[in-house]
Amino acid sequence: MKPMSVEPAAIDQPTRQDLALSGSWTARGIGAIEHQLESVRVASKTEAIADGARIEALDTAGAWVLQKLLLRLRGEGIVVTLRGLRPEFAKLLEVVAQHVADKTGKPAPVASQPWAALERIGRSAEAAFGQTVALLSFVGESAVAFAGSVAHPARLRWRPVLYNIRSAGFDALPIVGLLSFLLGIVVAYQSAHQLRQYGANIFVADLVGLSMLREFAPLITAIIVAGRSGSAYAAQIGTMSVTEEIDAMRALGIAPLDLLVLPKILALLIALPLLTLFADVLGVFGGMLMARAQLGIDFDEFLERFVKAVSTTAYLIGICKAPVFAAIIAIVGCFQGFRTKGGADSVGRQTTLSVVQSILLVIVADGLFSIAFSALDL
Amino acid sequence: MQSSGLQAVIEISKLATRFGEHVVHSELDLEVRRAEIFALIGGSGSGKSTLLREMILLQRPDSGSIRVLGVDLQELGDEEALALRRRWGVMFQHGGLFGSLTVNENVGLPLREHTGLADLLIDEIAAWKLAMAGLKPEVGAQYPSELSGGMMKRASLARALALDPELLLLDEPTAGLDPDSAGGVDALVRKLRDLFGLTIVMITHDLDLLWQVADRVAVLGEGKVQGVGSMSELSRMEHPAIRRFFDGPRGRAAQERGERSSKPR
Repeated sequence: MKPMSVEPAAIDQPTRQDLALSGSWTARGIGAIEHQLESVRVASKTEAIADGARIEALDTAGAWVLQKLLLRLRGEGIVVTLRGLRPEFAKLLEVVAQHVADKTGKPAPVASQPWAALERIGRSAEAAFGQTVALLSFVGESAVAFAGSVAHPARLRWRPVLYNIRSAGFDALPIVGLLSFLLGIVVAYQSAHQLRQYGANIFVADLVGLSMLREFAPLITAIIVAGRSGSAYAAQIGTMSVTEEIDAMRALGIAPLDLLVLPKILALLIALPLLTLFADVLGVFGGMLMARAQLGIDFDEFLERFVKAVSTTAYLIGICKAPVFAAIIAIVGCFQGFRTKGGADSVGRQTTLSVVQSILLVIVADGLFSIAFSALDL
Repeated sequence: MQSSGLQAVIEISKLATRFGEHVVHSELDLEVRRAEIFALIGGSGSGKSTLLREMILLQRPDSGSIRVLGVDLQELGDEEALALRRRWGVMFQHGGLFGSLTVNENVGLPLREHTGLADLLIDEIAAWKLAMAGLKPEVGAQYPSELSGGMMKRASLARALALDPELLLLDEPTAGLDPDSAGGVDALVRKLRDLFGLTIVMITHDLDLLWQVADRVAVLGEGKVQGVGSMSELSRMEHPAIRRFFDGPRGRAAQERGERSSKPR
């Protein structure tokens, strides 16, 4: 067999009762005549002869097509004789014949029907509700595990905690620093023009200080960590559950929550406030640079005003949001990891979900904080 | 379909492979003939899987030459490599089925990629290949993650057969199967060879499969082929690396079974 140069399959009808078959009846050769075969017509209730002597190659796909043609013609009451086929091809055709006969009348099973619009809404609502309940129960389980480890601190695994502090905290310093620095520059730059119009240049320190410390630094840090570490948690736990590592852990009597989830939550609870503090410093520094460049305010002047304008409360408000965000990110990431079922596809889907949901929940929580703080006049 | 004669389908000469300091193959020579069922055996780490990967262009040896289906793998352009890849089918040890596609789509994928056939026809052929591999038609609509290990192997075999390959490579076709399914694989492998004149190369440790089905067996060890021959020929050789497969209770039991049932041809 020389698959490099296939002579495509061909079917001719020299007379009404003769079919001449030639060429390569293989998966690559029959594409050309697939439609032609349906239009082959022989007068019904007659005899016909199909000549297969010039078929050069026959594989299962070709045999399948040929057998279907013969079956159709015979179904129309035509007595077809196939002759001249090479013995090895005849043997193959026989095998196919058995299968085609077994299959006729039995349509292939179809995958489930696509859902109608209403059904889809219902199903996704049910799924969303189910997921919320599952998330709440996961929060509960984590809390119980956390309480257990507080009661027995010796059971806590410090090594993974430290490892996670390094990977989610220390390793994130450059990107968190860079982005909050740029954010500080942008805030100062945007406000410079407005402030100059009113001759209120020095208030740039108020603007940059309050917005960075209260809102931007905690938020940008949480979003970066959700994208960096939350997704990594979901992917790691998801892959482990696909490869049955989670099941193995349970079977060995090791609680996956203790080994995988608690260290991550603890590590983020420690790392995220520290990262936020770092983001505060770099953000204000960025604003300071821009204030000097655009508004001619020296570092000394800026810092003098900064100390007066920004109270310790404003700083603490920003920092106290960080542990809440940390808990959201770690819990959502781990939760989505545990929900992974099946294969690689599912790992990707749950990882995406973990990032989307944790960022969403972080911003919702930030909104709730704003409402709470304004009610408390902070 | 096949040209007759004892033409070599795979010729390997002076093959050497190293992973850093670790020498996997050195001066390895091997020949697989057309329409034979050839088995590779050897202890863990003897380089069986590496050799298989080198035969199917997944890995490059450090030196030496491999010719598969008359084509030298060392000097191969992209076009030729693609053409060659369509002429063999590979069944991976863990199936290698795509998790995002149903079993039927998995089996039909090579046909969809490499031929211009209509979707309906491809589905029919895929369903037939599944049946040929011994799976029920309902399995076609399922996803690989829903299958048992044995079903996964069969589906993977069906996919390997999709393009009617001339050469079929099987990595541990019976590992992890129940004895009944493993027996089914024995019969299937023989049927494929008799029906299509397929050349089959397999890595296996299944002693029954070796005795009942394999025409020739190569024992790998210390980076070389320690011996080649039918199982009864090998069983008379004295090399310690070969003896390990025959001495011991399991080896002897399989040998008795194998010698009792004369190999059907």
